[in-house]
Amino acid sequence: MEQQPGAVWVVVEQNGGILAEVTLELLGKARDLAALGGGAHASAVLLGSKIESLAEELIAHGADQVILMDAPRLTLYQNDTYALVLAELVKKHRPEIVLFGASYYGSELSATVAAKLETGLAAHCLDLYINDRGEFVQVVPAFGGMILGDILCPTARPQLASVKPGMFQKPDRDTTRSGETLIETPTVLEGYASPLKAVRVVQSQPAGLPLEKAATVVAGGWGVGQEAWHFLDQLAGELSGAVGCTRPALDEGWAAGEHAMIGTSGKTVRPQVYIGFGVSGATHHMAGMKDSGVIININKDPAATVFQVSDYGVVADAKELLPVLLEKIREYKGKSKSQATIKCIQ
Amino acid sequence: MNIAVCVKPVPEPRHYDKIIINPATKLLERKGIPMIINPVDKNAIEAALQLKEQFGGKVVLVSMAPPDTRETIKEGLAMGADEAYLLSDRAFAGADTLATARVLAAGLTKIGGLDLILTGSASADGGTNHIPSQLGELMGFAHLNHLTELHLEASTIKMKTKIENGYVEYEGSLPLVLGVARELNTPRYTTLMGVVIAQNKPFTTWGLKDLGLDPSNTGLSGSPTQPGDLHMPQHGQKAQMFAGEPEDMAGKIIAILRTAGVLD
Ligand SMILES: Cc1cc2nc3c(=O)[nH]c(=O)nc-3n(C[C@H](O)[C@H](O)[C@H](O)COP(=O)(O)OP(=O)(O)OC[C@H]3O[C@@H](n4cnc5c(N)ncnc54)[C@H](O)[C@@H]3O)c2cc1C
Ligand SMILES: Cc1cc2nc3c(=O)[nH]c(=O)nc-3n(C[C@H](O)[C@H](O)[C@H](O)COP(=O)(O)OP(=O)(O)OC[C@H]3O[C@@H](n4cnc5c(N)ncnc54)[C@H](O)[C@@H]3O)c2cc1C
Repeated sequence: MEQQPGAVWVVVEQNGGILAEVTLELLGKARDLAALGGGAHASAVLLGSKIESLAEELIAHGADQVILMDAPRLTLYQNDTYALVLAELVKKHRPEIVLFGASYYGSELSATVAAKLETGLAAHCLDLYINDRGEFVQVVPAFGGMILGDILCPTARPQLASVKPGMFQKPDRDTTRSGETLIETPTVLEGYASPLKAVRVVQSQPAGLPLEKAATVVAGGWGVGQEAWHFLDQLAGELSGAVGCTRPALDEGWAAGEHAMIGTSGKTVRPQVYIGFGVSGATHHMAGMKDSGVIININKDPAATVFQVSDYGVVADAKELLPVLLEKIREYKGKSKSQATIKCIQ
Repeated sequence: MNIAVCVKPVPEPRHYDKIIINPATKLLERKGIPMIINPVDKNAIEAALQLKEQFGGKVVLVSMAPPDTRETIKEGLAMGADEAYLLSDRAFAGADTLATARVLAAGLTKIGGLDLILTGSASADGGTNHIPSQLGELMGFAHLNHLTELHLEASTIKMKTKIENGYVEYEGSLPLVLGVARELNTPRYTTLMGVVIAQNKPFTTWGLKDLGLDPSNTGLSGSPTQPGDLHMPQHGQKAQMFAGEPEDMAGKIIAILRTAGVLD
């Protein structure tokens, strides 16, 4: 079947049948870009094994079309097999733009596909838009996020981009949407022997709420110190939130692990509330939290850069404030709970 | 076992807050920032040196960079690498990752006889992490990035690579291109002796003609991506500031949390 020219593709990332958030975020963006491209398709490219059921979910999140390749050979992601089939699909359908999540897999896969097709790839994009000359502009970070650069891909096609998770809003799920599913078979893999074999995938969900899903992020920096760090965990517990950190707090081993780091080398979060303690406001960190709803920071230095991206700044010693704040919140919650009980009884 | 390590000279990351965009020229200004070998490339050199200690052979460094980076690249020779190749030509300037990978692949092919090519997982400046995969594709070698473990046993190599909240175990055989993560090892320190010896190690410079490359495939003109404007991230919102006794501050914060709807 002939694909309309100008289609915008999203390469789906799924893990054990669960769609990655970044895939859904990209579907929303793909629809916007496709609309600007004169009503072209926004297509989701779904590779894997026993994953047909995800097609509906992709359509509900904005895909006009799902290109589905379901084969045992694709059970585990491998850069060679996935890149081979993707490059074939691109040659057959000629999309204008192909978007990948900038996860570990997505970064590697996008680079591999770009080399196979000898086309351009913008890395870890923070924004994507069409400018008034009709060019596709891809905004990428460099120097650890201190500098942002616009990347264009004037002639080579398709234009490839990997996008950091958390940059775009996930579209609302709408089960009344309809779309077509196009079934493809991985004929290029017939007779192909992989030089590498993925033997085993080991992943453990860190305890507690994932940072990027928390409505409240309690972030700690160097200023919190080892002794006071446990107050952050307790505070996050009271607020049903999650604890994030800066790089120094991770390097010192105070934070739970790499999954907690916020910034250019870590997670991008946009919670309803970000409350930071002892964070100086390095661009590297702020790149990952500046789009949060309400930003509160506590720093003992009134001139700390972090106050420039904050809605509320509190000049205080975090080590002194944390235990007091925690106690007051517990007191407050206790009170409001007893009031609630009284309300129920009445 | 012959191993090549790709090393990129980069401005020292500790000084990235001093980089500015000149408002008149719109170009980056990074004057006075010292150049170093990209930090994680030292982990790649360390891995190569350990394999050499185990299996023999040699370790060569390969870099596409301007000629004034010779001294920086020699830091890798001081760590213990045997030879260095600097791929340098005006025609290589302004390369995106694909055009960079083409030049590196041409240099590595000309060196020849390589069993393993190591790179860092990402550079500190560009930081795209495309090079290991793109180099692997252009060389026709299998490739992986974000390598955290590497064990060579007889003819199979066992490897682990990093993913979100975990890792993947792979098995394969040489030749390979591997992008090394900083978790793989701790790079050794250079000794004064190493620095002295490095001065006399072979150091070769090759340009466009030596590599038999067509200028339309290298540098800015060989790059499918083209750079547009540069920006600095914009902040500048004005925070409402509070200061005072912890009790009062805690009260203020609770009020803000309630208004924001995360505490009821
Ligand atoms: C290439 C690159 C990538 C990077 N990526 C990231 C990243 O993704 N995420 C990240 O976070 N960092 C990253 N960094 C590091 C980043 O540049 C900063 O060094 C880091 O964010 C600073 O962390 P911090 O605010 O905790 O520490 P500091 O900068 O040391 O600041 C500590 C702050 O705490 C305040 N303070 C001290 N004591 C107290 C107290 N008792 N009470 C209240 N306040 C106090 C101080 O006034 C200061 O403002 C990266 C760096 C590089 C070079
Ligand atoms: C603001 C800005 C944004 C950019 N954005 C993009 C983009 O989106 N897409 C794009 O294609 N290019 C981009 N580039 C260009 C890119 O940075 C260069 O092509 C660079 O030469 C190689 O990419 P890297 O440093 O990102 O490599 P990475 O893939 O991050 O580097 C990984 C490893 O490859 C090896 N390596 C990398 N470069 C060399 C070298 N020159 N010599 C020897 N070994 C090397 C090192 O071992 C390094 O650790 C950008 C550059 C800037 C300044």
